[in-house]
Amino acid sequence: MNLTVNGKPATIADENPVSITDLLEKLQVEQREYVTVELNGDILDRGDFEGATVKDGDTVEFLYFMGGGR
Amino acid sequence: MIEIPADILEKVILHSQSGFPLEACGILGGTGNAVASHYPMTNTDASNEHFMMDPKEQFAVVKALRASGEEMQVIYHSHPESPARPSQEDIRLALTPNVHHLIVSLQDRENPVAKAFRINAGVVETVEIIITV
Repeated sequence: MNLTVNGKPATIADENPVSITDLLEKLQVEQREYVTVELNGDILDRGDFEGATVKDGDTVEFLYFMGGGR
Repeated sequence: MIEIPADILEKVILHSQSGFPLEACGILGGTGNAVASHYPMTNTDASNEHFMMDPKEQFAVVKALRASGEEMQVIYHSHPESPARPSQEDIRLALTPNVHHLIVSLQDRENPVAKAFRINAGVVETVEIIITV
């Protein structure tokens, strides 16, 4: 499956739809609990990571929470 | 070491001061270790003690940086009433790799203090700021 991840081509060795949860694992994203994901331009709710799937040609962006405090 | 143009550092400090008493936050882009662009962001926490950036704005900035051939160089935020040093929460939430963290202290509002850090896996390292013209 060929995707665009954070602006770069990425190939996932899986021809079937893959959940966002599984995709982040396959991409070896660390501290996944702090990641926000955008799929084809739409920001996903964290509760949808298991149910939302990516397919060939999809565009995925992910980034970490940016926060802090005094 | 991080190079920040004087006008951008001034904008960061002005953004921090205009946001007072709330924490202000933003992103600086550039190439190498040189800052070239400034993106003030919304603090969705609207708090005097915390900040959290809006994910929608974050994605927009990342894409804008990519389109202009720049990378995220600095994540900045203000400390309205505490020193320019990373708090435990700052350290815990320093998750984005390969960026500098700039903190503007407004503890003395007439004399803001800006300091830069690298934070990796809980380890804080002070980074020299070179102000360029």
